[in-house]
Amino acid sequence: MSITLNNVTHTYMTGTPFERTAIKNVSFSINEGEFVAIIGHTGSGKSTLVQHLNGLLSPTTGTVTVDGIDINTKKAESLAARRKVGMVFQYPEYQLFEETIAADIAFGPRNFGLNEDEVDERVREAMDFADLDYEQYAQRSPFQLSGGQMRRVAIAGVIALKPRYLILDEPAAGLDPIGKRIIFDKIKGLHEHGTTVILVSHNMDDVAKMADRIFVMHQGVLAANGTPKEIFAQRDLLKEAGLDVPPVTETLRCLKEHGFAVDDTVLDIDEAAKSVLQAVRGDRHAE
Amino acid sequence: MLNDITLGQYIPSNSLIHRLDPRTKIIGLLLYISGIFIVESYLAYAFLGAFGITVVRLSEVPIKMILRSLKPLWFIVLFTALIHLFVTPGTPIMTVGSFTMTWEGLDQGLLMGIRLLLLMSFATLLTYTTSPIALTDAIERLLKPLSRFGVPAHELAMMMTIALRFIPTLIDETDRIMKAQRSRGADFSSGSLLRRVRCLIPLLVPLFISAFRRADELAVAMEARCYRGGDHRTRMHTLAYTSLDRNAYIAVFVLLAIIIAIRIGKTCYGM
Ligand SMILES: Nc1ncnc2c1ncn2[C@@H]1O[C@H](COP(=O)(O)OP(=O)(O)OP(=O)(O)O)[C@@H](O)[C@H]1O
Ligand SMILES: [Mg+2]
Repeated sequence: MSITLNNVTHTYMTGTPFERTAIKNVSFSINEGEFVAIIGHTGSGKSTLVQHLNGLLSPTTGTVTVDGIDINTKKAESLAARRKVGMVFQYPEYQLFEETIAADIAFGPRNFGLNEDEVDERVREAMDFADLDYEQYAQRSPFQLSGGQMRRVAIAGVIALKPRYLILDEPAAGLDPIGKRIIFDKIKGLHEHGTTVILVSHNMDDVAKMADRIFVMHQGVLAANGTPKEIFAQRDLLKEAGLDVPPVTETLRCLKEHGFAVDDTVLDIDEAAKSVLQAVRGDRHAE
Repeated sequence: MLNDITLGQYIPSNSLIHRLDPRTKIIGLLLYISGIFIVESYLAYAFLGAFGITVVRLSEVPIKMILRSLKPLWFIVLFTALIHLFVTPGTPIMTVGSFTMTWEGLDQGLLMGIRLLLLMSFATLLTYTTSPIALTDAIERLLKPLSRFGVPAHELAMMMTIALRFIPTLIDETDRIMKAQRSRGADFSSGSLLRRVRCLIPLLVPLFISAFRRADELAVAMEARCYRGGDHRTRMHTLAYTSLDRNAYIAVFVLLAIIIAIRIGKTCYGM
């Protein structure tokens, strides 16, 4: 069970002076249960890439399969496969439109043809995800919520579809640190319950902490694909792609340059502390 | 699919036509359009067409782009041509049911079709070769003499600038919201008419909200920079005619003279 891209190329505005190939010959496979992060500089093709995973864009050449089924055919099984993949866009709160929060969250499940009892249950579950009390908020307008709450309602609108694969394009953009932590905790929770998560992010720290695997996009090409440790060890490649290593790792590297025997591949703050402590103690022993 | 909208699109380049003063292009377009409506003979159309093709070549805009802008118009052109074909009285060609095609109708229909196509291609050529800012600057300058009679030239131009500036933004936004709702199972392209109209609500509500939000933000931003309307404002780029513009005016007037001559020749001497 996986999402597989085979030599996918996408060209926008073919046949005009504005023609632009946003992604070139991208191939990869995302297995069920993984937490994959896609990183890349602005304009490197991340959004274009993820929109292929649920058929919002179809490849100019190449194929996309979900659980072995090509999602760009006219067959019914193709539609069913597309519906396994949920997509949360950047600034999803701008897609809210209903008069009440409950109705907005119900929009997706209803479109998927669920009956009213099922829809109601999905709405309750999704509101629970959004940390909004059903009795208190269900009949309120989504436009009276705070920015962070609106974002959670919008994400809940996708969660209510119970996607097996969930794509999130910069879900924390423009949120304060607390709002951001809440959302990431929720996403981690979903992952622990078996949802495959595909996260597009600019924040190396978040990515290093959460992802099992990282894809690096650079000028429309998949430049690297590996575990966080493998990726963040390739500083030159990241630099060329216009990216940084997480601040913790960067600090350790500085220390190492100044002669401390620390491990500069560590991505986690606790491990970093251990490594520094060890290095300092080691120095003491030597003296 | 929304990428097909070419309205108000500008194709940057440095061709002769791009370098013309925007006022020249607007006045030239108006004169050309009046030319289109004076003309009644194929000979004169040959001149208009040759002029049009020359201008397109000079503008370095790919022919494909011009044809693309005509796409939404095919239906109207066909419809107009058919109406003329059937309702113009004259020598019959053949009869379909209670309608009769006539030679005169064929003539009229063809001319009308050519007219519309020339009109549309020239008008899009203006936006293809003139940046929106230059276009509104020119309109402001051209309307200026009318401000004595109370026409708010600057305000009109500012409104146009803003509208043109936001067309691409709104198109992008529409595209994004449509995709977001499609990911939630919305279907914008099938079902009965009523169903399709209902499907527009999830698209239009967010679009309006965001348009109002943007308008608000823009107003605040303009106020924060002390914008106070047209009086006493100076500009960074002042419009100035060059010899290029003189030549363009000469070319347009020569074309008009030829067309008028043909027309006079036709009516007075029955040529
Ligand atoms: N609808 C579109 N029409 C034409 N070109 C587009 C369109 N969307 C994106 N592009 C172009 O494709 C390229 C990749 O864009 P994309 O949005 O995938 O980048 P991104 O990696 O998501 O960037 P960001 O980090 O800024 O979100 C960009 O150069 C962009 O200009
Ligand atoms: Mg993006």
